[in-house]
Amino acid sequence: MELSLATRAVGEHTVLEVGGEVDVYTAPRLRERLLELIDGGARRVVVDLGRVDFLDSTGLGVLVGALKRLRAAGGSFALVCDKEPLLKIFRITALDQVFPLHPTVDAAIAADSTGAGA
Amino acid sequence: MATVRLSFSPAPVHVRTARLVGVAVARRAGVREDLLDEVRLAIGEACTRAVALHRQYGLREPVLMEMSDSGQYAVRVVDRAPIEAGIGLAALPPDELADESLTDEALTTGVGFALLAGFVEDLQVRPVDEGIGTEVRMVWPVGR
Repeated sequence: MELSLATRAVGEHTVLEVGGEVDVYTAPRLRERLLELIDGGARRVVVDLGRVDFLDSTGLGVLVGALKRLRAAGGSFALVCDKEPLLKIFRITALDQVFPLHPTVDAAIAADSTGAGA
Repeated sequence: MATVRLSFSPAPVHVRTARLVGVAVARRAGVREDLLDEVRLAIGEACTRAVALHRQYGLREPVLMEMSDSGQYAVRVVDRAPIEAGIGLAALPPDELADESLTDEALTTGVGFALLAGFVEDLQVRPVDEGIGTEVRMVWPVGR
């Protein structure tokens, strides 16, 4: 399935819903969208991976890039993911220790709003 | 023994095709359904790595993927990049993953290797027998 990207605002947070396959071919589009959001002033970003059915190292690299950029700008970045195959990817790469990972968008926003941002 | 060979121009768009073919042949060979996600991911990482190396060195030669099922499912992904580029792959420790000084390329390479090593029990990365290049060989069991 092709990459799909949809953005919505939830209070102070910008939620980017990602769907389909995030790989070496589609990851540049995810990078562009995240840069657009950050350059446009978004500082509290939640990326919802709920409809992602494939994620590779290139996609993970893009997510780490966004995390670093937001952290440098004093912002926060969190991921929403509750699918075991994807969670396993985060565990194997140790990126589960780098990203705040939440099972739902609500949980991600609640955690960030209590000052536990990244 | 059945063999399927796929040779593709080193472009990111073809990595998805390689994954689809690799998983289709794996299923046909009798690899367990619950392993197919790992097969898909590992083939994707091996091909992504090969495509990245060919682009880095300006190589137009195709990347070769060869699948065979002689009692097990073996996949070879062969690049034609100088050997020093392919060696020295290492998984990154967690405290370095988000380090500011780490380039995106280095991060992606390290994460890609961690995924290969994590998802493929039987993994070999070695120089090709003839000429220049590296072969990533992955093996999965077939049947129950």
